[in-house]
Amino acid sequence: MGAFALLFVLVLYWRTQTAARWGPFDVQSLAIDALPLCFAACGQAIVILSGGIDLSVGSMMSLVNVVSARALLHLSFRDALLVSLLIVAGAALVGAFTGLLIVVTRVADIIVTLAMLFVLGGAALAVLEVPGGGAPIRYQNLVTLDTLATKWAPSAIGVLLGAYVVLWVPVRRTRVGLSLYAIGSSRSAAYLAGVNVPRSRIVAYAYSGAFAALGGLALTAASGLGDPNSGTIYTLNSVAAVVLGGVSLLGGVGGLIGPIAAAFVLTLVKTLMILKGVDQNWAQVIQGALIVLVVMIGGLAVRQKGKGS
Amino acid sequence: MTGSTPLLDVRGLAKSYGPVVALRSADLQVVPGEVHALLGANGAGKSTLVKLLTGVVSADAGTVSLAGHPVRVASPAASARLGLAPVFQDPALVPDLTVAQNMRLTGTDPEAVRRELNELDLDVDFSEQARDVPLPLLRMIDLARALARRPELLLLDEITAALPSDLAERVFTVMAGLRENGRSVLFITHRLKEVTATCDRATILRDGGAVATIDPRERGEEAIVGYMLGPEAAHAAAEAAQKDASAVHAPPPADSAAALEVDSVTVGRVQDVSFVLRPGEILGIAALEGQGQGELFDVLSGQRTPESGEIRIAGRPLRTRHPYDAIRAGVVLVPADRLQALLPQRSVRENVAAPRYNRVGRWGAINMRDEGRRVRQAVDALQIDVRAGRQVRRLSGGNQQKVTIARWLASGFRTMLCFDPTRGIDVGTKRQIYGLLRQLADDGGAILFFSSELTEFPLVCDRVLTLFGGRITAELPGQAADEASLLRAMHGLVEAGDGEAA
Repeated sequence: MGAFALLFVLVLYWRTQTAARWGPFDVQSLAIDALPLCFAACGQAIVILSGGIDLSVGSMMSLVNVVSARALLHLSFRDALLVSLLIVAGAALVGAFTGLLIVVTRVADIIVTLAMLFVLGGAALAVLEVPGGGAPIRYQNLVTLDTLATKWAPSAIGVLLGAYVVLWVPVRRTRVGLSLYAIGSSRSAAYLAGVNVPRSRIVAYAYSGAFAALGGLALTAASGLGDPNSGTIYTLNSVAAVVLGGVSLLGGVGGLIGPIAAAFVLTLVKTLMILKGVDQNWAQVIQGALIVLVVMIGGLAVRQKGKGS
Repeated sequence: MTGSTPLLDVRGLAKSYGPVVALRSADLQVVPGEVHALLGANGAGKSTLVKLLTGVVSADAGTVSLAGHPVRVASPAASARLGLAPVFQDPALVPDLTVAQNMRLTGTDPEAVRRELNELDLDVDFSEQARDVPLPLLRMIDLARALARRPELLLLDEITAALPSDLAERVFTVMAGLRENGRSVLFITHRLKEVTATCDRATILRDGGAVATIDPRERGEEAIVGYMLGPEAAHAAAEAAQKDASAVHAPPPADSAAALEVDSVTVGRVQDVSFVLRPGEILGIAALEGQGQGELFDVLSGQRTPESGEIRIAGRPLRTRHPYDAIRAGVVLVPADRLQALLPQRSVRENVAAPRYNRVGRWGAINMRDEGRRVRQAVDALQIDVRAGRQVRRLSGGNQQKVTIARWLASGFRTMLCFDPTRGIDVGTKRQIYGLLRQLADDGGAILFFSSELTEFPLVCDRVLTLFGGRITAELPGQAADEASLLRAMHGLVEAGDGEAA
């Protein structure tokens, strides 16, 4: 739970650094900034937990971003919500198709999803070549509204929590959810125990598609704009958040809460760099060093624990 | 119990992997309420039959019927639905999940499993991760999970191999209990004593087919060994049995200094093993699968450190943290899996020269002329066909294995560890390798030789040690190490007075 400790420390530091009084507004803007990465990290985490990796997350987000910015622009709030649901379902199907390709062709996950990165990225450019489109104001407010119950609970966090509770909580402890962990932990043991390995791998990629779609919709709502390159940075950042969030790249170990906290950490680090006026190139160096450092400390802690027992 | 419809009826089951026939045509009948043993030497087709019955692989031909109905077993999940509960040799509990989660993963009621474990007199913490549970206990949990499904047929694949004797006893109690209730057990083991003690019938496989189904209690272990060997070898087996008393010979003259001394080494399954290997000698290690030979070779080649005991090279203690330490001390390994040792995309020359890169002036340039000369000598000595030598992966298996031997020839060694060096190699090349090993020994090298093919031992070795349950059970002179004597000793049937150490 290194990501949580780091987030706590960073927030404390952040409070001392803001010029005006630190308050709900700062929390809200952080939550809005972090939301797309949180979703991307959730999808990526599920795939990595199950022993794969999805390089198409960012392209999927771009595609959903431009499709939704074109489709939702002139719709009523209710219709916009319905269409969004359809988009998420469609993205889950595309993800399942990616998984099916991997299972059927037996080509490595990284290659198939790399191909999907180009396919989906190209599709995003075909849908909308230059930034444009938009979404109804009430739809944008889903993410950008500053208060839910109290001033300290921005609506973006409510959306995140809602998606987590609806999509992941009911599944996590069932046979489907355990199968995802099982195939990531030991594919042969899972197979011998009677787990349907191909189906579980497809489910993992379907999840990744759905969460990436939520990330793309979050981009639309937060920016009020469609941009075919908006998702590009999220592919590698989602992997970074997953690693920072305590998920083993070998699969089988971790959850979604850690990557979500890590997504907040990565977003906050960027905010702090801008706040402190750190040169953008150096900011990237620091961010990279931070990831390596945290993951290394995590690895050492695991080794110490191994020695102790 | 004859006369009733068989619970499991296997007819003409066959399976080939490419050109290799693993199972020619196997028949097997298990009736309700019996404990049935499935036996056979390595490569007889046992594990293939198990994989077919449990749906891990699919059959090329033949039928499987359960209680009179033909069934198709497409996957382990399907076999479980049919009332066939396997406990595999490989663990089927996912390491990163807790025991309880593993139960939920397979849709097994954790309470039922707990009841079965209580029955077995075992206390298991279900919140523990499977990777933290010791292996023997893991096997027992696997068994309890299988029992909790109330299977018609329980399939135990070498479950006792990983169990201490008290836990093994509990497994036998479970088997007897199932029999009382009219359920059946298919029991696969290498330990013939367990078969004669616990099984009602035994089916013996040889060369991919069932050769006999017998009553093991009545016929005894010698009869089983006889069927495992085949008719022509059985005769020799009977003869050899009479020679057994004199089978344990004195070691060759102890005048020369030892090249390799293993002094009560314990590691993994290996228990307190001691032996001496002299220059000019080829010492065989014969063992059934998983009796500790892997760990023994790992320790000697520096891939593992022994838990206790000492290894001495030419009288000096060998401490290894890395294979490099062993290589520097002149102990080199020729593994069964050639690709484990070779750089498959690189040339023969680079592969042969690879170990030398450790020595050449560390940072300095490589003396290409010297390297070329040494590699050529080694390649010539071994008659390696280098026509496809730009990438060793293009060479035939036999030629690849020669390359792994040639590299040690070029870099020099004192003791060569050959772990099943002829696996998957054609007969002609095998002969060449036998001759080569003998020549290396005649030139003063010491060779430790493990093989999964028993017929190789009398051809290659001066002496043979058999390993069973991690201990040395017998020492045979090379010419007396025929298949029958080896098989008997490998099953622990020969009680050597003590593990041989000179």
